[in-house]
Amino acid sequence: MNLTLHVWRQKSRTDEGRMETYLAKNISPDMSFLEMLDVVNEDLIKHNKEPIAFDHDCREGICGSCGLMINGVAHGPEKATTACQLHMRHFEDGAHIYIEPWRAAAFPVIRDLIVDRSAFDRIIQAGGYISVNTGGAPDGNAIPIPKENAETAMDAAACIGCGACVAACPNASAMLFLSAKVTHLANLPQGQPERVQRVKKMVEQHDREGFGHCTNIYECEAACPKEIPATTITQLNRDYLLAITAGGGPGARKGGAG
Amino acid sequence: MKLDPKIPGGPLEQKWERHKLEMSLVSPANKRKFKVLVVGTGLAGSSAAATLAELGYQVEVFCYQDSPRRAHSIAAQGGINAAKNYQNDGDSVMRLFKDTIKGGDFRSREANVYRLAEVSRNIIDQCVAQGVPFAREYGGQLDNRSFGGAQVSRTFYCRGQTGQQLLLGAYQALSRQIGAGRVKMHPRTEMLDLVVIDGRARGIVTRCLQTGKIESHSADAVVLATGGYSNAFFLSTNAIGCNVTATYRAYKRGAAFANPCFTQIHPTCIPVSGDHQSKLTLMSESLRNDGRIWVPKKPGDKRHPNSIPESERDYYLERKYPSYGNLAPRDISSRAAKEVCDEGRGVGPGGRGVYLDFADAIKRVGRVTIESKYGNLFDMYERITGENAYEQPMRIYPALHYTMGGLWVDYNLMSNIEGLFVIGEANFSDHGANRLGASALMQGLADGYFILPYTIGHFFANAKKEVISTDHAEFKRCEAEVHERIRKLLSIKGRKTAIEFHREAGKLLWDNAGMSRSERSLKEVLKRLPELREEFWRNVNVPGTDADLNQALERANRVADFLEFGELLAYDALTRDESCGAHFRVEHQYPDGEAKRNDADYLYVSAFEFTGVGNTPILHKEPLKYEFVTPTVRSYK
Ligand SMILES: Cc1cc2nc3c(=O)[nH]c(=O)nc-3n(C[C@H](O)[C@H](O)[C@H](O)COP(=O)(O)OP(=O)(O)OC[C@H]3O[C@@H](n4cnc5c(N)ncnc54)[C@H](O)[C@@H]3O)c2cc1C
Ligand code: FES
Repeated sequence: MNLTLHVWRQKSRTDEGRMETYLAKNISPDMSFLEMLDVVNEDLIKHNKEPIAFDHDCREGICGSCGLMINGVAHGPEKATTACQLHMRHFEDGAHIYIEPWRAAAFPVIRDLIVDRSAFDRIIQAGGYISVNTGGAPDGNAIPIPKENAETAMDAAACIGCGACVAACPNASAMLFLSAKVTHLANLPQGQPERVQRVKKMVEQHDREGFGHCTNIYECEAACPKEIPATTITQLNRDYLLAITAGGGPGARKGGAG
Repeated sequence: MKLDPKIPGGPLEQKWERHKLEMSLVSPANKRKFKVLVVGTGLAGSSAAATLAELGYQVEVFCYQDSPRRAHSIAAQGGINAAKNYQNDGDSVMRLFKDTIKGGDFRSREANVYRLAEVSRNIIDQCVAQGVPFAREYGGQLDNRSFGGAQVSRTFYCRGQTGQQLLLGAYQALSRQIGAGRVKMHPRTEMLDLVVIDGRARGIVTRCLQTGKIESHSADAVVLATGGYSNAFFLSTNAIGCNVTATYRAYKRGAAFANPCFTQIHPTCIPVSGDHQSKLTLMSESLRNDGRIWVPKKPGDKRHPNSIPESERDYYLERKYPSYGNLAPRDISSRAAKEVCDEGRGVGPGGRGVYLDFADAIKRVGRVTIESKYGNLFDMYERITGENAYEQPMRIYPALHYTMGGLWVDYNLMSNIEGLFVIGEANFSDHGANRLGASALMQGLADGYFILPYTIGHFFANAKKEVISTDHAEFKRCEAEVHERIRKLLSIKGRKTAIEFHREAGKLLWDNAGMSRSERSLKEVLKRLPELREEFWRNVNVPGTDADLNQALERANRVADFLEFGELLAYDALTRDESCGAHFRVEHQYPDGEAKRNDADYLYVSAFEFTGVGNTPILHKEPLKYEFVTPTVRSYK
């Protein structure tokens, strides 16, 4: 198949950037979207032009490196599919495809389709962990965890940190990313001692990074390649409310979900 | 070069405990005076960095991705082994030890492997405490499964995302230290050289992948946790960025490279669909618990799989290995697949594929059960191939997956260069000639959480404390070499891309030094690779500049190292004139096609010393002594 690509090119953070047009010729429907871009890039290099920069690594939908707005949709048209796992059989021959980076103030463009997502790391650094040092942990089976809670925790922990939720949100809020981590840890007994403090610290960092507020539009849930449910945001809100009203008291006070 | 494995004395079961007791300690107040550079943030690097920072050392960490959480470990699917015996099915440290030694086809060190099995139990406890959401049973206890040829259920898992969850656990521990200001993290930063002064590792030279800035970092110790080199073969299940650069450049600075030819091929990957293919995707081995592997009996049978009757199918693994059947170890299953494809009985485009059929399992336990076990894998398969594996068999084929070889280390995980430690897949230590499923995650975390933090302290307690500035002439010399190489890559302006060279070199290795090897095929690599390398340095085209983010330059830099490293791999395979584990020399096999080991002549670790690009490296041998188990012929019949 042959396609026309309209791609965002931007040399650096400070460069203005613009859309440029490329032809992608002889594309096989079995190629992944990124392999299609590889073909275009190989051709650009052969013509002594700089290839289109985009983040990628695992190409299996798990590392969260790739992230492209494809025709205005984060990761493109397939549900629950990252750009690296999207295959060209989902496009029509002759189609025009618009490819842009994630757009959010907290994710400045570094080059072309690559953005700076270090704000996500700082949100985790602010409290997205359980404070245990290595060594001295009790036996893994010492505290039984109901299967249901382990499953809920796992559903939320499946987040790959790609940033599609932010890119899809009209407010550029990172609430789904944040709530995924909060929900993961809040559903485990090990997460209880710091539960309240964790939420507070992570939300404060989220706001400091310049992400927008959540106004329950749920575009994030629709865009999430791992189908993290928006109910995690409900959990976040509940814990956050507790945190600000209880003034950061003991975490286990509302053990219901734990 | 002196290679002393420094294996402690005493009975096997007491070596590590005794060694821990005998090692010197660094007092809490002194720890903060020592600085450690950790390169790599996979399971090994993240766990080590977090633990060292918790202990009070100054730690700086590097990775090439934009975030430490994206290291290749994230992609591991199946699970992690531990000798917990929660299932009461007869597992024990001794059994895990023996399985690993046997799985490695008697080419690993007893003492290292025993320690690994011992420490495996602590890993699970640690991960649970961090909040890793392992699969649970209804009673709330941890669930286990049997994995990759094991006869006990000792594998812990988080659905099909075990690597992701373990890595996030380690990443969160690391993030806590970064947040507390005890670790300085350098993402999007690639190590391009190791600086060795008077025989001791003193630091590294890096390139910031965002700005192009070349920088030196000095420290009291350097830890390489940079993963494996499967991408030498171009197509592999590894992430695109996985490379040999860090370990290979350390080799060029004097570190011994051990067993480079021990590379593992995974039997259950999605077959190649065309020349555009950039990587291969693994389908978790757990699928072999329920899927049956077969090919048509007749060569060239082009019928749809569903219309080939039972009597015309060859379930070749069940036929050849009745007791293990579809669960036969990775190397055996892989070679068997190659064999039937070589006979012209392969399926799918290009004829390089075999069927993995779930029809019987679906009949037996129902589609719902299969869906709940493997749903995500079936989805992934459909996304990539467009085929529905509930209705027709999957197609699979072996692919390069893991590298047992790596930098040589002693029992303390220190290389032959003082102050250079190597952990995780980057070292050679525990898996011998073949790794068992679910044992790489175990080894990475054992090294990072529970072994290195002890042994590095012992090193500091006994080493001379001396701060060397990055203004030292040797740092400047290494920086200049890095600059020069990059300048050269950018100046060639030839006609081929780095990826084209990579694909060509990878195919050369896959065809001649992949699943099976012969003297002739290996000599072919040794002849062709230098030619390709010469062409590369004359004809590669790397556009752009060195002063900003330049992915073509990053790739070219890595490919240049693979082009040298491939020769080392082939040379090792040539000098190891026996078959063992995943290393299969066609000259050495039993009449039924089993690998024929030669313990009389090859019971050693091959450790190579660099003597210049294109020159034959010096082979050093570390003899392997088996005091506690007797090497036997591996039999999975
Ligand atoms: C698809 C797949 C599935 C797997 N499934 C399993 C499984 O179920 N069970 C199991 O036990 N094992 C499994 N394995 C193997 C296992 O995942 C790996 O062996 C293991 O994760 C390696 O961890 P590591 O920490 O050594 O290195 P990696 O996770 O590879 O990390 C390497 C790190 O080094 C950094 N790095 C590399 N080069 C440089 C450089 N030059 N400069 C700076 N940084 C650098 C990278 O940025 C990265 O952070 C699987 C492997 C694959 C490919
Ligand atoms: S490249 Fe890893 S998720 Fe897409």
